[in-house]
Amino acid sequence: MKKISTPYLLLIPGMGFLFTFFLLPLFNLAQTSTQTAVGGGDTGQYEQTFRFQNYVDAFVENKEQFGRSFLYATIATVLALAIAYPLAYAIAFKGGKLKNLMLVLVVAPFFTSFLLRTIAWKQILGEEGFVVPTLRNLHIISQSTTLTSSAFAVVAGMTYNFLPFMTLPLYASIDRIDPRTLEASGDLYANGFTTFRKVTLPLSMPGVVAGTLLTFIPAAGDYVNAAILGSPQTKMLGNVIESRYFKIVDYPTAAALSFTLMAAILVLVTIYVRKAGTEELV
Amino acid sequence: MSDIAKAARGDLKLSHITKSYGDFTAVNDLSLVIPEGSFFALLGPSGCGKTTTLRMIAGLEEPTQGTISLGATDITDTKPYQRPINTVFQNYALFPHLTIFENIAFGLRRRGIKDVDDAVNKALDLVELPHLAQRKPTQLSGGQQQRIALARAIVNRPALLLLDEPLGALDLKLRRQMQIELKWIQKEVGITFVHVTHDQEEAMTMADTIAVMNEGQIEQMGSPADLYDNPETAFVANFLGQSNLIKGTVAGNDGANQIIDLFGQKISLQKDRSHAVDNSIYAGIRPEKFRISRLETATSGNILTGGKIEDVSYIGVSTQYQVLMPWGQELMVFEQNDDGVAPFSVGEPVNISWEPIFTFGLRGDEDAEAGTEVSPDEDLDEE
Repeated sequence: MKKISTPYLLLIPGMGFLFTFFLLPLFNLAQTSTQTAVGGGDTGQYEQTFRFQNYVDAFVENKEQFGRSFLYATIATVLALAIAYPLAYAIAFKGGKLKNLMLVLVVAPFFTSFLLRTIAWKQILGEEGFVVPTLRNLHIISQSTTLTSSAFAVVAGMTYNFLPFMTLPLYASIDRIDPRTLEASGDLYANGFTTFRKVTLPLSMPGVVAGTLLTFIPAAGDYVNAAILGSPQTKMLGNVIESRYFKIVDYPTAAALSFTLMAAILVLVTIYVRKAGTEELV
Repeated sequence: MSDIAKAARGDLKLSHITKSYGDFTAVNDLSLVIPEGSFFALLGPSGCGKTTTLRMIAGLEEPTQGTISLGATDITDTKPYQRPINTVFQNYALFPHLTIFENIAFGLRRRGIKDVDDAVNKALDLVELPHLAQRKPTQLSGGQQQRIALARAIVNRPALLLLDEPLGALDLKLRRQMQIELKWIQKEVGITFVHVTHDQEEAMTMADTIAVMNEGQIEQMGSPADLYDNPETAFVANFLGQSNLIKGTVAGNDGANQIIDLFGQKISLQKDRSHAVDNSIYAGIRPEKFRISRLETATSGNILTGGKIEDVSYIGVSTQYQVLMPWGQELMVFEQNDDGVAPFSVGEPVNISWEPIFTFGLRGDEDAEAGTEVSPDEDLDEE
């Protein structure tokens, strides 16, 4: 009797926390999303009218930002994967004694505030930085092109900021691969590329799935990068929610957008995880 | 190049192979010919360079110097996937994300063979595990994984199959069974097997030819019986079974025999079994070749007198004695318990005797203890 109840007892603090700080606010958010302004009331006064049209209105009004959020998040995720995979592979298989040091370096940016690092990108990509003049001198970009306040800057910032979240799960799953299975693959007539495609990549899929989720989900809801590195033309859904909530004090629209974003991410992630076939994995 | 290498068949020839890691030389100027179709064992303690040698044959390590050829083809500079050589890895290295069927089909598919069903099923039948085709490796026991690793290699019909301590992780009973089975499978498929092990009994059970390795070089090569009955070095005498090595001097000749003086007692040794280079010699006798007799019993052949039983261990099929000789050395004697004679007791004075043909002679300047130390990490990987 006691043995069965112990795990449940251990769950209580966590469940209590989740209930108070996740489920209740979520319920509150859902409630807010169908409210309408009180006729003749003050700004920010809303009453429950179960107006589900709020969702349609919010979506139609912000279609563009929705699309942009998912587009930027997808590009940033793909770029982060392309950068993090070779990095994680090198640390896991070639790191040797430097493995731990390299991992520390991967998370080292966390010691500086997220905000500061993003603002630093503004300088790196600014007119006074070395990137823009170099690219101009090499005629890769025209003399009049700037990089700040652009989609490029937003995606670059997101890629950079979420890179550790991609690298660490990738490292964890690549590091678990027994190098002898790679030798066995070579022994069984697979060249380097085939070995990667048939053995390394499938065995690292748990890390790929975890890393892309940890990057894509926060990236889709991100607003800091777009706010600091973007322009009105690169606004993402996060920026809309922020301004609706804090500036326009339009709580129902902000809540409806939040819910729609959440649902959209949930659907995409479900399809993705199904497609990636994680049940095939160890 | 790669197609030529893939088609290569014939004897495997290692010529003056050296492998160094910085200052450490793992394999030192090793030359060796492994005849096609043989079951060959590389036997030695951990760190002797046998696994490094195997990995160079597989192409997983590059020799610092020397060449490796298969038949008439030099394969030294080819990649592992270009060699018609497959390996059964020490810990099997099965692909955890693939089914057993796909594990076995892996090599066939990489070579562009479309219809793999027949070959894979035959390989599964050969190792008697056809019912496991759709399982994953983690669902199999160690012994089953071992067989699948074997099937995965054999299905490709390589010119050469390398086995890296393949039975090391199995328990004793299963190991014995697999030894017999491996030998049978090798006869059945006719592929050259090169087997690396530190277990002398395993090597002797399975191999036609054994090369005993020590410190990156081959100490001696030959059939199990050759190595056991006529070891050329103290290392081989001690590493393959146990030996009594008694220090002596060559005192003269008697036809085809040498007369050896062992602390004042004369024994004889066939000249062709003596590997001494001068008068200084170790006379070697295997413990089971000795006979112990009470002082009054008549004996023939080589006799050493003045022994005293120091210790008696009864172990069923035989009784093992430690006999203290007048010059202070303890000799090991294994007596079969088949003569109905009551065992000797501790403190009894005895003589020991043996047939002169069982004596072998080693250089007197050798370390008589070479090959006796059992390293505590002998089951760990090399490198």
